[in-house]
Amino acid sequence: MPESFPDLEPVLQRHGRQADGLIEVLNHGQELYGYLGEPLLRHIARELRLPFSRVQGTASFYHLFRFTPPLRHSCLVCTGTACHVKGAGALLAVLAGEPLAERGIELGSVRCVGTCSGAPLVVVDGAVWNLQTSTALLAGLRRLEP
Amino acid sequence: MSVCTLRIDERDVAIEAGSTLLQAAREAGIAIPTLCVLEGLSPVAACRLCLVEVSGSEKLLPACITPVQEGMQVHTATPRLQEIRRTVIELLFTEGNHVCAICVANGHCELQDLAVEVGMDHSRLPYRFPDRHVDLSHPLFGLDHNRCVLCTRCVRVCDEVEGAHVWDVGWRGEHCRIIAGLDEPWGAVDACTHCGKCVEVCPTGALFHKGDTSEEKHSDPGRLQALVHARHHRQWTP
Amino acid sequence: MSLCLRVCTAASCRSRGGEDLRQALAAVAGSSTVVKGVGCLGPCSEGPLLELETASGVGHPERQLFGNLPASDPAALAALARSLRACAENPKAPAPWQPPAGQALDLNHPFFRLQRRLVLKHCGRIDPESITEALAAGIYQQLQRVLEANDPAAVIELVRRSGLRGRGGAGYPTGLKWATVAKMPGHEKVVVCNADEGDPGAFMDRTVLEGDPHTLLEGMAIAAHAVGASRGFIYVRAEYPLAIARLRQAIHQAEQQGWLGTAIAGSRFNFEIALRVGAGAYVCGEETALIQSIEGKRGMPRPRPPYPAEQGVFGLPTLINNVETFANVPALLRLGVEAYGGGTKVFSLTGDVLRTGVIEVPMGTNLRTIVETMGGGAPQGRTIKAVQTGGPSGGCVPAQQLDTPVTYESLQALGTIMGSGGMVVMDDTTNMVDIARFFMAFSREESCGKCVPCRAGTVQLDNLLCRILERRANPADLEQLESLCVMVMDTSLCGLGQSAPKPVLSTLRHFRGDYLAMLSPEATP
Repeated sequence: MPESFPDLEPVLQRHGRQADGLIEVLNHGQELYGYLGEPLLRHIARELRLPFSRVQGTASFYHLFRFTPPLRHSCLVCTGTACHVKGAGALLAVLAGEPLAERGIELGSVRCVGTCSGAPLVVVDGAVWNLQTSTALLAGLRRLEP
Repeated sequence: MSVCTLRIDERDVAIEAGSTLLQAAREAGIAIPTLCVLEGLSPVAACRLCLVEVSGSEKLLPACITPVQEGMQVHTATPRLQEIRRTVIELLFTEGNHVCAICVANGHCELQDLAVEVGMDHSRLPYRFPDRHVDLSHPLFGLDHNRCVLCTRCVRVCDEVEGAHVWDVGWRGEHCRIIAGLDEPWGAVDACTHCGKCVEVCPTGALFHKGDTSEEKHSDPGRLQALVHARHHRQWTP
Repeated sequence: MSLCLRVCTAASCRSRGGEDLRQALAAVAGSSTVVKGVGCLGPCSEGPLLELETASGVGHPERQLFGNLPASDPAALAALARSLRACAENPKAPAPWQPPAGQALDLNHPFFRLQRRLVLKHCGRIDPESITEALAAGIYQQLQRVLEANDPAAVIELVRRSGLRGRGGAGYPTGLKWATVAKMPGHEKVVVCNADEGDPGAFMDRTVLEGDPHTLLEGMAIAAHAVGASRGFIYVRAEYPLAIARLRQAIHQAEQQGWLGTAIAGSRFNFEIALRVGAGAYVCGEETALIQSIEGKRGMPRPRPPYPAEQGVFGLPTLINNVETFANVPALLRLGVEAYGGGTKVFSLTGDVLRTGVIEVPMGTNLRTIVETMGGGAPQGRTIKAVQTGGPSGGCVPAQQLDTPVTYESLQALGTIMGSGGMVVMDDTTNMVDIARFFMAFSREESCGKCVPCRAGTVQLDNLLCRILERRANPADLEQLESLCVMVMDTSLCGLGQSAPKPVLSTLRHFRGDYLAMLSPEATP
């Protein structure tokens, strides 16, 4: 995590450094730097003139904000209703038993991406993989660059 | 000044329009259990202990924020409400680790008093025994998350009265907890003025003076009210 | 012979290679052939989808729909492109075109035939990235009419008379909401579009946002004019990246062409829209939490009153409607109250049903018509056990009640709600206790943590349901489950907590046997 954040300037300006822009600024900050590290959060708080606890309290409320650097790959198992009915639980159970982190894959879950005709589905590095079975999914994950 | 008359638990009450049901009930000498509300701080209606039944309303209404209305018929202690209050207290006891015998606030604890008041001698719901920590990094005060009921009085007093906004609520749902600064040790947060107001308003032993041992914490929320009153009206009672 | 090829590039088909298909077919485009990406064409389970419209110059253009087309195989895509080119170059009207791979879908199938498309009129027809196509299709004409007539009260009265109710779940009368905000004093008011479609298994709003964003903008502008607002926000969930991109683009285009901004269409009406992207919090679909989130805070609901109509975003009078509600408005104005009739409801049909996708049906259509006639029922060899509506705030309709018409009242009578339109079909292999536990775990995870009954009650309820699923529960646990459900419902601060017990209570009501069968063998006599 760098100590200065010049790339954040346009979005800070767009919101006039007003407090109501906090979530937009956090979203952009995470997009730019991968995660919300302490220096970044302090920078945002100072620029928006907000108490640190207010910034931390807000950021930690929302599930998509993260405070540690992401691994190289992400695999999000959809746990929406349709995916649940179609076996998302079994996929999660199989994945939880795999040493994914060692291979640079971060396992997570997401509550419905709204393309339920592909249930059960996973989102790997932003791409939706439809109609997954644990065998197909493990094979697909093995093909990811370590 | 216009006045509203209403009926609370078969007692006629006349009170200034704009008052809350809670104020009206207290005026009439009717005690409604409360936890999160504290005069002098903005209300959040979060603990749900002060819910009352109002004729004509299907929903239960929180007395702390519901304004009085002319002719209202209010019931504050029906069996249904008593059952609800007991369950709320059970939910609070089971979500934290409240061990009265070793607590600084034992004997002077609002949660403990409430348990007695609603007749909760045991919990029908299972205890969850969460893994929570204790922050002793501040030179004067301590924070024991095991005893925190998330009433957010500390957050509000620090923001609204002291103006330091050291505290906020972090995370969400069952993972909610009071945080200082960027979720740092309290002692590492420069914004803290060491005023101790958060300790003063804490209803349990979660926030305490270091050095207090069991039963030694005596909070006095009344001091906050005096302070807020003095500030608003420029009147002191030395 | 002229051809129009419409390739679905909405999120579901995109995940099945719809965008690759469009790019491969772009090579076919020529003087008489148009290739464009469009929004959802409907039957997502058959994606990627292609609609072929042929016009020979005589008679009406012919429409054909094809599904399961190749998307990743270059040879198959090339063969498809060759075949289409040959079709385009054929001077006479040929026999219906047959793709070398994939299958033709019958447009006379009830899935298509029984729909009434008001909200989705342009979805799947126009390129959602082109305001030129939107304008050619007549979008923004109703806004223009409204601005010319400049009679906000008449618009509100029309909305009121139409009986339009909020499509986001609660079903509050839209006209009444608009009238309340319009009556509030003050010059500054706000219009908010709730596009935080959080119910798992629901994707109606995504379909509108990705397929026809300009109709939403038009509906919002009409509403803003009616209530006297000059600022608008669209709060959209971060899980919809394509919808966000298309909304951004549509807002920009509308600003460029003078349909948003100052002096819209030459009138004195000003209205700007800002996009706010969520960050993963279901509770932000609750309107007071949504307001907090727009203001850059934790999405914690607050008690009402004051209602958002009185004190909303930045303390200003605020009108909040969801995507589908706003998208209904241009159609209502175009048709008038009588032709609009009872209106429609968009549903996303998923789960154990043969054909899944997005449909728009007349309000009051039978559930059985939707899941059996249109959706084709349960997969081979299985039967439908229940249909879940309303997501975590709703309940399950048992198979024997499928002849219920979908109206706000009839679903409520069954212990569920219309909700936003997610409809998940469950077959006879489904354990309803597991479904109840699924939704309780969801509410537990999404509880904001502010009020005690929701924060701690959902945890206790989830634990109790787990106990039952693990066959460790006794009849007393079941009793406790029910009484705690009622307590959480009666005492929670906001809609999330108040409705979190509904999936449990609804399955207890209709599928109590599933619960009893799971009680501990030692505990049952």
